[in-house]
Amino acid sequence: MNKLILGRYFPGDSWIHMLDPRSKLLACIYFIFVLFLANNWQTYVLLWIFTLFVMYLSGVSFKTYLLGVRPLIWLILFTVLLQILFTSGGTIYIDWGPITISEFGLTNGVFIFCRFVMIVFVSTVVTLTTKPIDLTDGINSLLRPLRALKVPVDELALMLSISLRFIPNLLDETQKVMDAQRARGTEFGEGSLLKQMKTLVPVLLPLFVSSLNRAEELANAMEVRGYQSGEKRSTFRKLTWQKRDTLCLLLMLVLTVGLAVFRADGSILH
Amino acid sequence: MAMEVNFENVSADYQLGPIRSPLVLHSVDVRIESGSYTAVIGYTGAGKSSLLKAMNGLLLPKEGQITVGDLVIKPDKNKHALKSIRKRVGMVFQFPESQLFAETVEKDICFGPMNFGVSKDEAKEIAKHVVEQVGLTQDILTKSPFSLSGGQKRRIAIAGILAMQPDILVLDEPGAGLDPNGRKEIMDLIASWHKDRGMTTVLVTHDMEDVVTYADRVIVMEKGQIVLHDYVEKVFANQQQLEKWHLDVPDARRFQLNFEKKTGIVLPKVCLTIEDLADAFIEVGLA
Amino acid sequence: MPTPIIEVNNLIFRYDQRLEKETLSDISFSIDKGEWVAIVGHNGSGKSTLAQMLVGLLVPQSGRITIAGRELNDDTKWELRRRIGMVFQNPDNQFIGTTVQDDVAFCLENLNMPYDEMKTRIDEALEMVEMSAFREHDPSRLSGGQKQRVAIAGVLALKPDVLVLDEALVMLDPRSRRELLASLQQLRSTQNITIISITHDMNEAASADRILMLREGHIERCGPPQDVFQGELEWEPPFAEKLRRTLLKRNRSVPNSYMTEEEMVHWLWK
Repeated sequence: MNKLILGRYFPGDSWIHMLDPRSKLLACIYFIFVLFLANNWQTYVLLWIFTLFVMYLSGVSFKTYLLGVRPLIWLILFTVLLQILFTSGGTIYIDWGPITISEFGLTNGVFIFCRFVMIVFVSTVVTLTTKPIDLTDGINSLLRPLRALKVPVDELALMLSISLRFIPNLLDETQKVMDAQRARGTEFGEGSLLKQMKTLVPVLLPLFVSSLNRAEELANAMEVRGYQSGEKRSTFRKLTWQKRDTLCLLLMLVLTVGLAVFRADGSILH
Repeated sequence: MAMEVNFENVSADYQLGPIRSPLVLHSVDVRIESGSYTAVIGYTGAGKSSLLKAMNGLLLPKEGQITVGDLVIKPDKNKHALKSIRKRVGMVFQFPESQLFAETVEKDICFGPMNFGVSKDEAKEIAKHVVEQVGLTQDILTKSPFSLSGGQKRRIAIAGILAMQPDILVLDEPGAGLDPNGRKEIMDLIASWHKDRGMTTVLVTHDMEDVVTYADRVIVMEKGQIVLHDYVEKVFANQQQLEKWHLDVPDARRFQLNFEKKTGIVLPKVCLTIEDLADAFIEVGLA
Repeated sequence: MPTPIIEVNNLIFRYDQRLEKETLSDISFSIDKGEWVAIVGHNGSGKSTLAQMLVGLLVPQSGRITIAGRELNDDTKWELRRRIGMVFQNPDNQFIGTTVQDDVAFCLENLNMPYDEMKTRIDEALEMVEMSAFREHDPSRLSGGQKQRVAIAGVLALKPDVLVLDEALVMLDPRSRRELLASLQQLRSTQNITIISITHDMNEAASADRILMLREGHIERCGPPQDVFQGELEWEPPFAEKLRRTLLKRNRSVPNSYMTEEEMVHWLWK
């Protein structure tokens, strides 16, 4: 029952799967910024080629990516609509009081739609091809320098990895407690909002209690196994930066150059 | 009032996010007689817990139907009809003490009955009786459930179900995690409840001693199907089958099999208890 | 005369300082290297408290614990936790890593051990508990018995002198319990590790060389199984003893003393 959970990691051995999580994270974040260099249809086509290529490389079906966009589609369309209705410039098609639909607005709307969807696609590539624990390790590694500023990066990473490890347990327990209370006549999701919230108490309280208990037992186990916060620790899970990771970053550079070449002249900001 | 449970060609699966799981129950056909004490055994993942959950509508059948007394659970059963089934079928989950939540023991025990429309005063009366029936004293009613010991918590959780006055009692490993004495107390409690009220009792367990000591019938499950439904003695007679289903045997039987293998001497009958063993060894003149 | 691996002298402990009642009253005993000692007692007898003291999770008001010749106190406990390890009752609440090998690695990471040495120790430890094939499994795919094996491997990776099992088998089904007990017996003979098992289960206690019976903070009885399982017993005796007593009740000429299952089979066979 625990197969389909968090991060929706899809096991595989594509080129993207094999990348170090750090290069994927860096590339993804960079992509989100470099998107803003695009300001004409040529640059957007280039971006789309890049995005679709990366999605293809991941080996995961396009349908799955679409499923990832689905929950956000209303938010996206709403933002796009706002752009279309309230930005003006160029040929005006419709003019009804405050609402203006212009060439500029339409183009902008399309561009914004593309940006949103591409961001979702590219970040989904990262979560689909990287195990949650590898992502944590990647983030931990990238944030290492913050230790100089007394940020407890290693402790935070350990907290994160332990939380990840217990998510399936928490989901199971939630299901179990809900079933148990159903067996005692509780009906979830029925009645007024207040009534619905009341039905949550017999679920949340036991979960809270069991989590506290678990935390105490874990803390004891960790202490007995020699864990001391603040002490130097080695890591068993290793991240190895390979040639393909450097290649990945180079690709980002190529993309940037391409965008700079094809973009329309004019201000950098749109 | 005892009650019979009938499964007719029931298949079921779970909804996991956007997809459905593989079938957890596969064309299950079984009739659990009114007033019987049935143990459900099987390797992990065989579908035992799913069988229990199907009995009170927590797991709806995809095909087929389940009859509890005169109530029927079908694939399209509506929520409100399920509620009346849940009053009839009292279900005690594994580690039931982890479901306690109320400020006082009394409130927790009253939770179930009150959900089914029992008045507060009447529920309190029931709570007083039920607390004694699980072997505790009434002064525990005012305490917080979280201040109790593990064994006491478990009894309170079971009391909360008994307070609903079900016609059928369904339990998932009620003795799990308890020390031998605690386990015996809980199992004896269930047995006396069963005997005093003739209550149909269905129990999932991995402990074959409990099966032999308390149950009269056994359901063996494997991969979502029922592969055997018979009296206790018959079930433990065929060792090859038991091994095929990865099942454990009671200690006495294990001792017998070990003895027979080591010595080549075959005992006259299948021994499920120490008394059986003693009889058998005396009969063949070895003791 | 070799020095015992563990010496406990005049241990006194009160959970609540205000109360007269002592959880542990002047407990003294010693354990030799390679011994298997079972500590039994009712809830409230003080056995769990004693277990926690042996690994430094609780500090006695007075008395001394000496492990491998060194006194256990706040300064030495971190070092001594390499000599004595503990497996707790709940298989989930001591499983920290996201996979089997990550969990075994946890103790070694705490010692800042270099990667190569960690790898070797993890492989050896998993081999000893027969879990090598499961090294990449995540805990949600393991049974209770398997998780406890991983916990034991985690302790063994430290190459300790003593392994403490704090009711470590109570949440397992009878078959898993027997299998784990058999594995532990084998481990003991191949690794010469000292085992202290806190338990309620007389079948588990019967595996021990010596049984320490605690009652209300005192040691009531101490001796090998054949001495301890004589006469009136508060608990269910181990299986073979039950059989012997049954035959005795029927006036059969069984030996007057405790026998193990093996001995029982032999006697019946004559």
